[in-house]
Amino acid sequence: MINIPVIRWGEPYESLDTEEVIHHRTGEVLAKVGQANPGLLARDMRQAARAREVLREIPIKDLVEMMKKAGDLYLNATLPLGDGVQTPDDFARQQSASTGLPEHMCKFNMEKNHFVLNHMDQILDSLTRGLDISILERGFGVEDRGVPISYQAQSPVLGMVLPSNSPGVHTLWMPVIPMQIGLILKPGPQEPWTPYRMFAAFTEAGVPKEAIGIYPGGGEMGAETVSRCGRVMIFGSTQTVKNYSGNEQVQVHGPGYSKILLGDDVVDQWEDYLDLMADSIYKNSGRGCINCSGVWASRHTEEIAEALAERLGPFEVKDPTDPEAGLAAFTVPGQAEAVWGMIEDGCEETGTTHVTAKHGARLEQMERCDYIRTTILHCDSPDLKMANTEYMFPFTSVVKCPQEKMIEKIGGTLVASAITNDETWAAQLTDATNIDRLNIGAMPTIALNWLQPHEGSIVDFLFRTRAYQTPDERLKELCAQ
Amino acid sequence: MADLDIQIQEARAALDAHVAEIVQWHFSPETGCPFWLDWARDADWDPAAEVKCLDDLLAKFPHFQDEWLRDQQPEVWVPAKFKGKPFNIFETGGTTGMPKQRIGWEDYKIDYSEFSDTLDDAAFPRDHYWLMVGPTGPRRLRLSIEHLANVRGCSCYFVDLDPRWVKRLIKEKQFDQAKAYMEHVVDQATTIMKNRSVSALFTTPKLLESIAERYESEGSSLYDAGIRGVFCGGTTMDPQYTRFLCEELLENKIGFVPTYGNTLMGLAKHKPLTPEDKYSITYYAPQPRALMRVLNPDTNAPVEYGEWGRVELTTLTKEFFMPRFFERDEAIRREPIELYPWDGVAEVRPFGALTKKIVEGVY
Repeated sequence: MINIPVIRWGEPYESLDTEEVIHHRTGEVLAKVGQANPGLLARDMRQAARAREVLREIPIKDLVEMMKKAGDLYLNATLPLGDGVQTPDDFARQQSASTGLPEHMCKFNMEKNHFVLNHMDQILDSLTRGLDISILERGFGVEDRGVPISYQAQSPVLGMVLPSNSPGVHTLWMPVIPMQIGLILKPGPQEPWTPYRMFAAFTEAGVPKEAIGIYPGGGEMGAETVSRCGRVMIFGSTQTVKNYSGNEQVQVHGPGYSKILLGDDVVDQWEDYLDLMADSIYKNSGRGCINCSGVWASRHTEEIAEALAERLGPFEVKDPTDPEAGLAAFTVPGQAEAVWGMIEDGCEETGTTHVTAKHGARLEQMERCDYIRTTILHCDSPDLKMANTEYMFPFTSVVKCPQEKMIEKIGGTLVASAITNDETWAAQLTDATNIDRLNIGAMPTIALNWLQPHEGSIVDFLFRTRAYQTPDERLKELCAQ
Repeated sequence: MADLDIQIQEARAALDAHVAEIVQWHFSPETGCPFWLDWARDADWDPAAEVKCLDDLLAKFPHFQDEWLRDQQPEVWVPAKFKGKPFNIFETGGTTGMPKQRIGWEDYKIDYSEFSDTLDDAAFPRDHYWLMVGPTGPRRLRLSIEHLANVRGCSCYFVDLDPRWVKRLIKEKQFDQAKAYMEHVVDQATTIMKNRSVSALFTTPKLLESIAERYESEGSSLYDAGIRGVFCGGTTMDPQYTRFLCEELLENKIGFVPTYGNTLMGLAKHKPLTPEDKYSITYYAPQPRALMRVLNPDTNAPVEYGEWGRVELTTLTKEFFMPRFFERDEAIRREPIELYPWDGVAEVRPFGALTKKIVEGVY
């Protein structure tokens, strides 16, 4: 059992209030995490400017190199954690034990984080659309096309109110430090592991510890992070997204409602895309916002649902240490039961059919955790309640909907993989503002190109581009330095 | 027998005698109030004759119902001996609907005069000025704090805070309005503090945080503003929060006196914090005038020392008798100490705080 402190601008602070992080199967106490009271952050934020100052003392190119080194340390090294140490295997085991994600998926996520850190130069280049990085450092400069430009940081730190259930989200905040912006991390109660291991890797790689604070805590701490940080990223429900709509200080990552849309020109060959559909639904435990939660087509939907149920329905719950484990546990008591209750209620509606029912019970309850096995529904209309839902396990509704109504009916969609060769429809999809990431062609929803923005560019979120005019001589002189 | 054991026995004997005297008072027609005399008639037993000690009271009286303080007119609580004397009406609750009302004459003065004896003159200098930032209006606290200041030769400034309005704003998720109201209160408090000489502050923990933050954002501190003692109560103060207040806001330079009390019981005193306490605050009722027990809510039996249970209050004064009132708080039962040789309650928080969302607001 490890005692993990609050981190106040790099300094450990032993809180008198602690929360236990529990192994979801054995009940073992994995760690005691010190809880910060909101007032600590309120006070520490008075020194937030210092976080950016210490980072600005280091050139971005050096910070990028530190990120690469940190990536290697994160993936391979034994690093300090609270009053103990943590090997990479410890990390995967602990993360699996508290979040319910199978261990091999935790290791896969480590590879993903490592990839992002190791390709930080390319990622920054793509996020800034090839901007000379010295312009970010200096705050102004001259673009390649000879036009002066200024990038003004909107906050000395980015606050992150992190979730417990999806270790994949951490890639979103990794470019922040090399952009010379400090970090305030409020970890999810069951996933303190990544923020603390990243902090250890970053500081061991040379990032000034004064640039990072980690404030574990409950809902009050999350609210404090939102109210104190000039820029903050949070993860939540559709309601959370609505609550912060129009608030430029807050970037909310809500449910994905990601979908595969089969065009009328290819739908008769739907079997060709069965693997792609199954992977989009099931891989990485179906927990991510980029996992598919809806397959939409104008015909053959009953057959598609049956085939997906046949393929994914039989998969059993396996021990999280089993390399074949594909399902993640629900570790919050009562959550799986409540989710399954909602699905059962939804299936009462005429036109909605539970297709995986014949492959055995879906809800499996254990002593300290529960599972829901892959669930496929068929909806014979896009207007049914279950036609547009998302849950944190492999779940998909196969929805019958005429192609010409799909764009309107799918609603907000993080990833749409539209399989079609119909360029007229592709053009309409390209214009659809309710779709964030658009894949045209036979691509799974979970296929990410790390060099492209995810739910908006973090550069645009953290920096404001603005006009900057000054005599040419001064501009040249300063930019030459 | 150890000294503490003797003290515990003596305190218990004093409590038993006090219980018998107070019950005799409230249930005798020549001294008692209409409410309790009627109640005894309906209950068909004679408390004046049958209650000779605390155990009798605990065995024979049911829990006091707070509806009685809402539904009955105030005069039913007037003991015969006080008839004709105008009384204070103090309120508690009332965020929605009728508040609970307790009447009184001298009790608050007795409670707070006794409390004054526990204050350190260095932190709460005599012949100076206090500021209360908190619920005034119909609350006993307003007169009590003024009396406490007066007893010490001080005068007191007041900034009002209406907790009913804050709770309503929070319940209705009007967080911006709640924040604006809090700012309004802090503005008034800091205006007094900047323009008048104030050494002692009574406020709630959250307002204390906001006032301190205001000073610190201006490069100053509560200490620099002249505050030497803070008397704080009203909401949960767990050990981490208490440590935060002492170390960060009060810089270990300002005296800190946490309190637990309410309109119905009076004011509990806290065990002076030592390093061994790790900022866990234990309160002791002003026995024998009031009694606090920590009970298992399912069995009504006292929990073991160190265990959590629901707080039960009993008030035993000639002005007011309130047996076995289940407070909406839970706490850890703590052992008697030499200073207060009877049970204490520690780390008080709203009952069910771990399982449901409680609206505490700034109060």
